[in-house]
Amino acid sequence: MSALLEVRNLQVRVEEREILHGLSLTVNKGEVHAIMGPNGSGKSTLSHVIAGKPGYEVTGGEILFKGEDLLEMSPDERAAKGVFLAFQYPVEIPGVATMTFLRTALNAQRKARGESEYSTPDFLKKVRAVAASLNIPQEMLRRGVNVGFSGGEKKRNEVLQMGLFEPSLCILDEMDSGLDIDALRIAADGVNALRSSERAMVVITHYQRLLNYIVPDFVHVMSKGRVVKSGGKELALELEEKGYAQFEEQAA
Amino acid sequence: MNVALIKPTAAEVASDVFAAARDRLPGKGPVAEARRAAFDDFAKKGLPHRRVEEWKYTDLRVLLREVAALAAPPDAAALKRAEAALATLDVTGAHRLVLVDGVFAPSLSDTTLEAGVTTHRLADILNDAGNATRADLLRTNATADIMVALNAALATDGVVLGVADDAKLTKPLHIVHVATQSAASLATRSFLKLGKGSQATLVESFIAAGGAQTYQTHDAVVLWAGEGAHLDHIRLVEDARDAANISTAIVTLGTGTQYRAFNLTSGAAVSRYQAFVRFGGENAHADVNGVSLLNGRQHADNTLVLDHTVPHCTSNEVFRAVVDEAAHSVFQGRINVHPDAQKTDARMMTRALLLSDEAEADNKPELEIFADDVQCGHGATTGALDDSLLFYLRARGLPEKEAQALLIQAFVGEAMEAIADESLRDVAIATAERWLARRG
Ligand SMILES: Nc1ncnc2c1ncn2[C@@H]1O[C@H](COP(=O)(O)OP(=O)(O)OP(=O)(O)O)[C@@H](O)[C@H]1O
Ligand SMILES: [Mg+2]
Repeated sequence: MSALLEVRNLQVRVEEREILHGLSLTVNKGEVHAIMGPNGSGKSTLSHVIAGKPGYEVTGGEILFKGEDLLEMSPDERAAKGVFLAFQYPVEIPGVATMTFLRTALNAQRKARGESEYSTPDFLKKVRAVAASLNIPQEMLRRGVNVGFSGGEKKRNEVLQMGLFEPSLCILDEMDSGLDIDALRIAADGVNALRSSERAMVVITHYQRLLNYIVPDFVHVMSKGRVVKSGGKELALELEEKGYAQFEEQAA
Repeated sequence: MNVALIKPTAAEVASDVFAAARDRLPGKGPVAEARRAAFDDFAKKGLPHRRVEEWKYTDLRVLLREVAALAAPPDAAALKRAEAALATLDVTGAHRLVLVDGVFAPSLSDTTLEAGVTTHRLADILNDAGNATRADLLRTNATADIMVALNAALATDGVVLGVADDAKLTKPLHIVHVATQSAASLATRSFLKLGKGSQATLVESFIAAGGAQTYQTHDAVVLWAGEGAHLDHIRLVEDARDAANISTAIVTLGTGTQYRAFNLTSGAAVSRYQAFVRFGGENAHADVNGVSLLNGRQHADNTLVLDHTVPHCTSNEVFRAVVDEAAHSVFQGRINVHPDAQKTDARMMTRALLLSDEAEADNKPELEIFADDVQCGHGATTGALDDSLLFYLRARGLPEKEAQALLIQAFVGEAMEAIADESLRDVAIATAERWLARRG
């Protein structure tokens, strides 16, 4: 059986500068992977390339998702196929009501998969249930997408979308940054509720603390555009203790 | 010498148009004199061109070339085609007043209006020798604009509406202009006078019957709002894709009035809507908003002139243009704050969204302030859709066009908020949605 996500020897350039220099990563269904690494090591770049953000030039390697060539797909096709990126910096979209956005997005994904669109009552029921589990008040959903949301509220809104779209691969880019301790626990509970044998998670973080809540099966250390070390969850503890210096030597 | 090679000038063509129409134009004596004077004024200057400051971005000598001959009065077949076109209108539940090819069509109009409304045909008033002031309807000192003069010279008909003091109309008054002929001019002028404390909504639609092409609409409306009156004014320009629409609104606002205007231009190859709004009494407020949705080679010009002549008035203008393909949007907003107009608060914000490399937008906000205790502000931006917003939406599963559509609706939405009547706002939103759906 093929892996859910297979990144092979990926090389990526941004504005003539190579950022990822041959990165490989295999993620199977049911697994939770954590990616750690110093600022600027290319973690967000990897997540953007998987999600299909324009502006990155893939100069080598490949990404297979459920055995298909992901790089050939548009960002919306990837979303419909089950790729979800919780952004490190979610954008504000004034004038687009959160509810309208959620319904349009959910139905666009369903349509692309050949599924029937949700009726309004079914949709509302679903959103309310997910929002309640994440402590997101209804009032927030009436505002423009992320408009006037605090940093933590934006992150919770990302987890809300994850719960609503039920993707098969969730990439969480620094979900914990900007969250206070209670919010972190609530968001992590939301993520954990989505853990299943059919779904995989890639959790990008700087802090061991998040991994106490979302316990990973594998931890990878990225440095200078490569995965320089992989291990079990104990690797995160080791990093917390010793820092990245030892791995930066290896990458250089 | 080959005579056929000598091209007549635009002014000569217009002279022929006027001479040919003169016998059928309503009104003798002083009315005919007013027309003659207006026409002479026009003939001297001809169609405005880029060296006329107010028309700098909309050169009618290039865009229109010449004034087309007046359309013939509609016959039974034309009325039938107009009736079919009316069936496509989104606006329902209004008092409908229909002008076909520039002539009032009683058979297509609502004859019984609600209490408090009076209606006349402009042609009847101009022909009424017993009315001593009838020629005044073809004169204005609000503007010396040359296209308003042309409109006075050629106006064949229009509706003259009055709303009684304190009457609060329950239904909008809807003037519908239907063109059924091609390569012809439609010249109309209408009036609405709101009595003290009254409330009304005026909707103007410009549409074409199937097959009508390359016609020219030359329209003017003159609006007065009496003390404390509320006037909502919605214009929907949906002319044929190769037609021209040159329209003027002359608005005078009395003490304590509220005027909320919204213009939506999605039709016509060439259009200009110019509004001259004058505050004639204190404590009045005007919202003058507009949206243009353009593609192909469309050219649409919105020109607003607001005159704050008295103290304590407020105005707010929000304009949005969505410009696709090789279309061209023009916005000119001029706010004049006269020396006596202390405590004026005037704001204007215009934004253009360019959806293609060939799309063009000219924004020209102007403030002319002669009073010292005022608050005025204006801003103008032109740009493309934000890539990071587009990517966010696409990463959530929206295909490119749908993601763009959502952002475009948000972009125009702010200007549409000024439409108080919910069903009319829905008509504007539906028009935008149709426009977006046609983009694919
Ligand atoms: N659009 C861009 N233009 C130029 N350089 C870029 C661009 N995007 C990313 N980079 C560079 O690529 C490198 C990797 O950036 P990336 O955002 O992937 O790092 P990161 O590991 O996510 O860091 P952090 O932990 O701070 O979020 C950095 O040196 C960054 O400056
Ligand atoms: Mg990052």
